[in-house]
Formats: sequence, structure tokens, C-alpha cells
Amino acid sequence: MNSKAEANRMISTKDRQMKSWKIPKSFWAAVTLIGLVVMWELLTVVLAIPAYILPTPTDIGVRLFQETSMLWGHTWTTLTEVLLGFGLSLAIGIPIAITIVYSKYLANSIYPIIIGIQCLPMVSIAPILVIWFGYGLITKVILACLISFFPVVINAVNGFNSLDKEMHDLGRSLGISERKIFFYFRLPNALPHLFAGFKVGITLAVVGAIVGEFVASERGLGYLQLTANARLDTELVFVTIVVLAILGISLFLVVHVLERILMPWYHANKAGGGQ
Amino acid sequence: MVKHIKLVGIDKTFHTKTGDVTALKNIELDIESGEFLSVVGPSGCGKSTIMRIIAGLESPSAGTVQINEQELTGIADGAAIVFQKDVLLAWRSVLDNVLLPLDLKGITWFDRGNHITNRKKAIDLLESVGLKGFEDKYPHELSGGMRQRVSICRALIQDPKLLLMDEPFGALDALTREQMMYDLLKLSNKYKFTTVFITHSIEEAVFLSDRVVVMSERPGTILKELPIELVRPRDNKTRSNPVFNHKVHEIRDIFQSQGILAET
Ligand SMILES: Nc1ncnc2c1ncn2[C@@H]1O[C@H](COP(=O)(O)OP(=O)(O)OP(=O)(O)O)[C@@H](O)[C@H]1O
Ligand SMILES: [Mg+2]
Repeated sequence: MNSKAEANRMISTKDRQMKSWKIPKSFWAAVTLIGLVVMWELLTVVLAIPAYILPTPTDIGVRLFQETSMLWGHTWTTLTEVLLGFGLSLAIGIPIAITIVYSKYLANSIYPIIIGIQCLPMVSIAPILVIWFGYGLITKVILACLISFFPVVINAVNGFNSLDKEMHDLGRSLGISERKIFFYFRLPNALPHLFAGFKVGITLAVVGAIVGEFVASERGLGYLQLTANARLDTELVFVTIVVLAILGISLFLVVHVLERILMPWYHANKAGGGQ
Repeated sequence: MVKHIKLVGIDKTFHTKTGDVTALKNIELDIESGEFLSVVGPSGCGKSTIMRIIAGLESPSAGTVQINEQELTGIADGAAIVFQKDVLLAWRSVLDNVLLPLDLKGITWFDRGNHITNRKKAIDLLESVGLKGFEDKYPHELSGGMRQRVSICRALIQDPKLLLMDEPFGALDALTREQMMYDLLKLSNKYKFTTVFITHSIEEAVFLSDRVVVMSERPGTILKELPIELVRPRDNKTRSNPVFNHKVHEIRDIFQSQGILAET
């Protein structure tokens, strides 16, 4: 039977794939990055650039280790703001997205407004937030929430709406409620979109928290950077940038790993760059 | 034979932004229990709409659907659908895709007791369409034909009284298509469900069916119902049977006389 032969063929291809071994893609990224850092080090030394303009990577690294405990305190503050802000935008954004998907009225009234507001540079309302909420944690949390809210909602709405008509009909023909269709079809089907929104959202939440700290704060990485800048302590400014980069990348990776765990089927499904 | 499905004076008009579209006009059709019925017709004539009305996914603008002499309101009970696209859930393994209808219907924990029997049933079904050993694969690891087989298994695990198929083999290559026809005949012979099979292909319709319904262009009406008196089981020899060729030509002639098929 034709299908049997096809089955055997596929099984044997699978075996062959398991045996071959490839250098992971991240290896090349790491090599390139190291190369760039080495070049930076060499250029600053060779061109004798003063440290207050551009410190060498080694100096930055040494300073990073000397100041670990101080940095950790500020990082913790910023991380709290980011996580609370992002958590809040999920807690508000996902239910709103679900209501928009199920309510024609909201889809026609609120959703266009959300898309419109998204075009505003959110950071420009930071000064107003300071007037309303003061210099405390709340201002930063709200800013982080506002700025990450829109990508979360818009991607969630797109995701929930992306269910095939035929797949929806399949659910209906099985005689199940719209609620069950949501949990068995619409939600898992939306996961790739949801995660795309989360990735943008968490990165923007960091931006929100930092801007908040620029405008109003006595703690946090943004505050640290601002004060270091004022003292012309360029080394510390760069150290903060490195910590921020690590923070941002780590948060992104957490979302990315969650995505892999929750949707093992998804990535294998895509063709990629076609090499 | 017992009447399974009765369509009485079915009209269907869709109200769209650009005006009303009459998809079906005065459809009268009786389908017997255990019958294999095909519907052929030009694109856009309302074949899918008929199927969706029988399934209860769409309600007619006029007329009634009766299933076992009961008027249909809402979703048809005991009907399973195979769509043109396989609509497998990417996040479920092949086995879990087949088990989906049972997962959704088994609401209480008591039903879990049947879990082992359900799994056994699913594995048997998969084996009968040549997918033994693929239970734990994910849909993206299968070819188009294999995926459509899985969706047929998913329909059959519900022990349907009525199997509705909307161009299920339309997306497959000719060879796979032929194999799928044999598989379908085998299953239909084994489980004795009533089948409504929608297709573009005249040969496919004649080869599989007890009766072929020929439809006109939109608004869709029934031009003719042709009984196909070919012996079962049908096999390769069926195609060289003069009756087969005669029926295929008869349907072609109907389309030609309607101007749906033109040679020049
Ligand atoms: N939900 C809908 N809203 C508006 N018009 C529709 C809808 N569904 C179908 N139609 C229209 O009804 C007509 C019949 O559609 P249907 O899908 O039943 O055709 P079909 O015979 O299955 O065609 P095909 O062979 O191409 O699948 C078409 O003209 C189509 O545009
Ligand atoms: Mg159709």
C-alpha cells in the first residue's frame, strides 16, 4: 500500500537526521560578539581614547565586578518595576483582548482607539504621571505597563481572531460550547501571536521603567545611569548599559524558553531561512 | 430502506454587504440510511452550503432538514465532518487529534475509565488507514495525504451515523487520491454510515457512490439524481466497466447542455 511505503520512508529519513550533527547557530553569534569587543579594546588603546569618552571593555568588566552588590540593589528595583508593570499589562490586556474578540461593539469602538493610542510615544506622558503619582514605585510601574500594554493587546486580538473558520466549525460540529472552543482551539491557536506580543512587551516594559527612573527616581538602573552621567563617570554609565542589556536579554530569554516549552510543535513547523 | 435525511424545499440566501447572494434554491433531497451519496457541481454552486446545512452549521433561509424524521434545529447529532483542509490541531499529536472529539465530549472523570478503550480504538483506526507507528508524531511531520487520513480517523472515532465530506481529497495528488478512495470505501463498508460526499470530480463521484446528485450553477438547484448500479466492492475493474463510463459521460453531457462545460 502506498501509505505504508510512505510511512517507512519518513521513518528512515528521521533516523538519518538524528545522526548528523551541526554547530549551533549561537556559536557564530558568540564569535562575532567576542571579535567586536576585542576590536573595541584594541581601538581604545591604540587611539588612546580617554576613559571619560570611551572606557575599554576590560575597565568596564572590572568595575562591574567591583560594584556588584551596589548594582544588584538598583537592578532589583528596576526588575520589580518591569515585572509589576508587565504583569499588570497582561492582567488587564488579555481580558480586554478576549472581550474585544467576542464583542462586536468593543471591536468597533475600543479597538480602533487602542490602535490609535499605540501611535503616541508613550514616554511623553511620563511627566504627567509624575505629577499624578509622585516619585514612588507606582509611576514607573504604570509607565512600564502602559508602554507594554499595546503590543500585548494587539497581538492577542490578532491571535484570538486567527482561528480558521473551518476549525471553528469543527468545534461547533462537535457540539461544544463557545467557552470550550476558546480553551481547546482559540487559545492554543493564538499562542504564537501571544508570545510575539509578550516578547515585544517585556522589552518595552524595561524601556518604560528606565524612562520612569530618568524622570523621577532615587533608585534603579536608570537613576544610577543618570547620576553617573552627571558626574562624568562614563565607566559607570557603560556598566549600567551592560547590566541593562543583560536584564533585557534575560527577560526576553525567559519568555522565549517559556514559548519553547509551551509550544514545542511551533518552531519545528517553520521553514526558517531556507539553508 | 429507511430515510435518514430529508431536505424539504431548502433555500439559502446570504445577506452580504454587496447584496444578497442566493446560494441554493428549492432543494429537495432524500438520503437513505447507509447510502453513499455524492454531490457534484460547478464551483460556487452551493455544495458546501448544502453540507453545512445538513450538519446544522448553517440554517436554511426556507425549508427544513429532517434527520430520522425529526426536524433539525442546531447542530446535527451523530454527524461527523471531514473538511477540505484537514484542520488538525498543530499542538496535539496524531493520536490526540484523533481522540479530540472524545476528549471534548467526555466531560466527567468517569469517562476517563474508557480512556484505554478509546486509545485502542484510535490506534486501530489509524492502523486501518496505514498510519501505524505515527501515533506520537505531530501533524507537521506528516504529508498532506497522511494528515487527511488522520482527520478521517478523527471523524470516524465518533461512530458517526452520518459522514459529511467536503472535497476531502481536493488538495491531494492523483495517486494519493486514488488510494484514499479505496481506504474510504473500505471504511464505509465496515462501519455502514451514511455518507454525503462533495466533490468536483465526476469520476470520483461515480466510482464511490450509490447515487450522484448533479447541481446547476448558482443559484444551486438539483439538475438530476443518477443511481449508480455498479456492484460493490468497487475496485480497479470498476473503472473499465461500461456502466462506469456511461455514467461519467451522462454527467458530462448534463454539464455541457447547461453550458457549464464547453468544448470550444
Ligand atoms: N458565509 C457566506 N457569506 C456570503 N456568501 C456566501 C457564504 N458562504 C457561501 N457564500 C456564497 O454562496 C455560494 C455557494 O457557496 P459554496 O461554498 O456552497 O459553494 P461550493 O459549491 O462549495 O463551491 P466550491 O466548489 O468552490 O467549494 C457562493 O457564491 C458563495 O460566494
Ligand atoms: Mg465548497
